[in-house]
Amino acid sequence: MGTRECNHICDESSPGIGEAGITGEWRIEVPSIDEKKCIPARSNKPTCFLCWLYCPEAVITKGIPPSINLEYCKGCGICSQVCPVQAITMLPEEKM
Amino acid sequence: MATQKKSNIHILDGNQAAAIAAKLSRVQVIAAYPITPQTPLTEQLSQYVEAGELQAEYVAVESEHSAMAVCTSASLVGARAFTATSSHGLAYMHEMLHWAAGARLPIVLACVNRAIGAPWNVLNDQQDSIAQRDTGWIQIYCRNNQEIMDSVIQAFRIAEIVHVPVMVCYDGYILSHTEMPVDIPDQAAVDRYLPAYQPHTVLDPSNPKNYNLVTLANPRVGVDGKLCHGYMELRYLLQEALQNSRETILQAGREFNEVFGRDYSDMFWEDREDAEITIVAMGSLAMEAIVAADMLREEGIRVGVLGLRVFRPFPKSDVVRALRKSKLIVVFDKNISYGSEGATCSEIKSALYGTYINASIRNFIVGLGGRDIKARELVDATKKAIASLKETVINPDYPEWICQI
Repeated sequence: MGTRECNHICDESSPGIGEAGITGEWRIEVPSIDEKKCIPARSNKPTCFLCWLYCPEAVITKGIPPSINLEYCKGCGICSQVCPVQAITMLPEEKM
Repeated sequence: MATQKKSNIHILDGNQAAAIAAKLSRVQVIAAYPITPQTPLTEQLSQYVEAGELQAEYVAVESEHSAMAVCTSASLVGARAFTATSSHGLAYMHEMLHWAAGARLPIVLACVNRAIGAPWNVLNDQQDSIAQRDTGWIQIYCRNNQEIMDSVIQAFRIAEIVHVPVMVCYDGYILSHTEMPVDIPDQAAVDRYLPAYQPHTVLDPSNPKNYNLVTLANPRVGVDGKLCHGYMELRYLLQEALQNSRETILQAGREFNEVFGRDYSDMFWEDREDAEITIVAMGSLAMEAIVAADMLREEGIRVGVLGLRVFRPFPKSDVVRALRKSKLIVVFDKNISYGSEGATCSEIKSALYGTYINASIRNFIVGLGGRDIKARELVDATKKAIASLKETVINPDYPEWICQI
């Protein structure tokens, strides 16, 4: 299937989720949240959320516990680095 | 379209002709940085804007790189944009030339051809624009000031149809600072010939868009679920646009003739009956080649002259047609692709490959850094080329230079 039907003559796109494609496919390590350590999960309060704040891809949703959209998480590991209680571990991507 | 019958001839230099043409084209944004020998052109345009004679935004930028960046942005939001530069300025603009072409913006640039350093030189040759050959711009070369006037107006028409920027090149000093009679087109006729610019991209805050972001190698599915071009498909489309622009260029020339009574094609062909020798040159040198051809004819040597007007897209099939009877082709280049030969000579050889034309080709590098080219020198070089036909080499590896080393 070709791109002839795309009527753009220069690169043109609309801002939106997934504009750069399924970037989760780039991932070689996947973050895993340990609910026994995670502060919101352990305290059952909407607190901390440093992972949400620092995620450069904005794929973490505030929740108890926070959830990560793995369709677009590139696996950069920043969330695991900023977590004050080391609740997020980067595991090898199984689909590799 | 109704023909403009009344002529309006003024004595103009090349820069004045380009400035008036930009004004007649109702350019809306001008961003330029002065550089010899282009300076009088930008001065004239800023005066038009300052005096209120031209309803345009004149952006005094800090560099040529910024000049093209401003033109690119202005064109993207729907303004007819114009700039002009020379030599080092064009080299400094190089990155943004790629950007303008890749974004498919119909910007028109007047390149006043000047030599490039080192060593410093402000005089004419065509090394500056030839060095920008592969940026994706259409390149038109002018033989005289009337052609500068007419080509700038045509350039906007061509660019806005094919969505490819156009560089109108003319020789520094030889044309830019030399006065000659120029018929100034009537504004109403130009308005009929050149309708308002319709951008292919419309920026609208209520419908936000991204343009020319990081584009991956492969096609991708956009947020609307449709398959979008990858980087390579967009490059293909630019090449396709240049390949297909020949007909638009010819049509713009024909329609210009209908309105203004001056005919334009992608080249100029001074046919001489039974001439088996052809001189090829580009820009003002093509005019001098006609003088040389006349001098040769007085000595009983019949030669035709092929003046290249459009260098990109290179008019291969038209050039082959013009050269069909040639046994000897003498190509004069005011540029040099170091380690190879003159750029137009390479194009001629490439165009002839695989055709039945098996002509000998001789390439002479002339006029670099403003070195005067006398018609007598073109005559002598042509005779030397004729004499060299006795040699077994059809096409020498390297060009000869007309200089004193």
